[in-house]
Amino acid sequence: MANASPENEHLKTPLYDLHVAHGARMVPFAGYDMPVQYPAGIITEHKHTRAAAGLFDVSHMGQAILRGDDVAASFEKLVPGDIAGLEVGRMRYTLLLNDNGGIRDDLMATRIEENGVFALFLVVNAACKDADFAHIADALAGEAELERLDDRALLALQGPRAEEALAGFAPACRDLVFLEGGEMNVDGVSAFVTRSGYTGEDGFEISLPADRAAEIAEKLLALEAVEPIGLGARDSLRLEAGLCLYGHDIDETTTPVEADLTWTIGKRRRGSTDFPGAATILDQIAKGTARKRVGLTPQGRAPVREGAPIRDTNGEAIGQVTSGGFAPTLDRPIAMGYVASGHAAPGQALDIELRGRSVAAEAAAMPFVEPNYKRS
Amino acid sequence: MAERKYSEDHEWVEVDGESGVIGISDYAQEQLGDVVFVELPEIGKVFDQRDEAAVVESVKAAAEVYTPVSGEVIEVNEELNNDPSLVNTDAFGEGWFVKLKLTDPTELDDLMDEETYTTFVKGLS
Repeated sequence: MANASPENEHLKTPLYDLHVAHGARMVPFAGYDMPVQYPAGIITEHKHTRAAAGLFDVSHMGQAILRGDDVAASFEKLVPGDIAGLEVGRMRYTLLLNDNGGIRDDLMATRIEENGVFALFLVVNAACKDADFAHIADALAGEAELERLDDRALLALQGPRAEEALAGFAPACRDLVFLEGGEMNVDGVSAFVTRSGYTGEDGFEISLPADRAAEIAEKLLALEAVEPIGLGARDSLRLEAGLCLYGHDIDETTTPVEADLTWTIGKRRRGSTDFPGAATILDQIAKGTARKRVGLTPQGRAPVREGAPIRDTNGEAIGQVTSGGFAPTLDRPIAMGYVASGHAAPGQALDIELRGRSVAAEAAAMPFVEPNYKRS
Repeated sequence: MAERKYSEDHEWVEVDGESGVIGISDYAQEQLGDVVFVELPEIGKVFDQRDEAAVVESVKAAAEVYTPVSGEVIEVNEELNNDPSLVNTDAFGEGWFVKLKLTDPTELDDLMDEETYTTFVKGLS
């Protein structure tokens, strides 16, 4: 899957040639050459995903299977989520934590069953995958084994017409509900398909052999409903959905409580201290935190960007923007950032610095755009 | 017929008598991607050649627009406040940014003509 050579420093996914053939502008991302947009442009690609079906290459992300005698209990040593409670085929968004309660990465974990034995299918961020997999393997050495799936690609098909598009090649996808996955053939190619994604839309992520990925992608792209979507629109879509981007909105210095991700810590897990940083996190749940991740809606049309200082209406520094851009669905700028907890309530007036001047803004609840998940 | 001249930063100026209209080239708008906002200067502002005259915000990032010539701002393209995408769809026409009263027309000699700029752009790809 990786094709690094002396003359090109960046890795390529199995869909590299496909992206170029479709006119993509390629940019470096997490060590890979990835499409930031196609000729249609970010705004068109974004709107198409919310109206029809967008196909994303996310093969740069890390895929692995974790196996062990009690793999759920083992994995729960590293994350605060309820893994033991996952039923077959169900998946969960969870967080790898460090000993300070900070976040090493966010990921999806799916319970799979191999010959009647429980295992976990993990998908982690591209920029973190080497560190994540090394951490998991080291921490669980002797009790669980991690198998990296470096020969697999990952496609995301997202939007209200995603099911219609995929069902032509994988009718079983219709039976999945949100956060459910299963093995199925996609046009005869053995794949693992989950009903999940990073856009707020209904859709699927398709894990399949790298050497069949371009072929399947082209078949999906040949459908009238499906267009190729680059990382630019992937970012604007997830921002509208209020989803975090690791390394920007969450990182090793942010706890799940500060990040407004306390919901990922299951009730059972809150009653114990058996995850990294538990003492800190439970203390924060009880007493609150100094800062909180919030949505931000600047007035006017100029986007505010990562790093922009946030001030209260008296000019006191209270935080900063961690993600910012333009929301095509809303036709306005939106952003995400951390502010002092007293200023985090939706509707709270604040000021964001942009090129030396103040832009009036408000703290806002997220998501900015309501999700369309197929829950039943 | 007004001739267009170009800077190496892909700005253009179209001179008409004592004034010139400035904008960015089609190559520049394509590099930027979808434009969502343009910050224009105030009427009366005086610029030296290569001063930052405007800022273009695309979905992903902000980019400075440097004036290819010195001058005083006498008009700005208000239409860009309503429809910043004009920069993408008509970079040489309705996507213009600013009209300046030129203070030193000899500066035009520093700039590239159409043919030279076209060759310059070809060399970039």
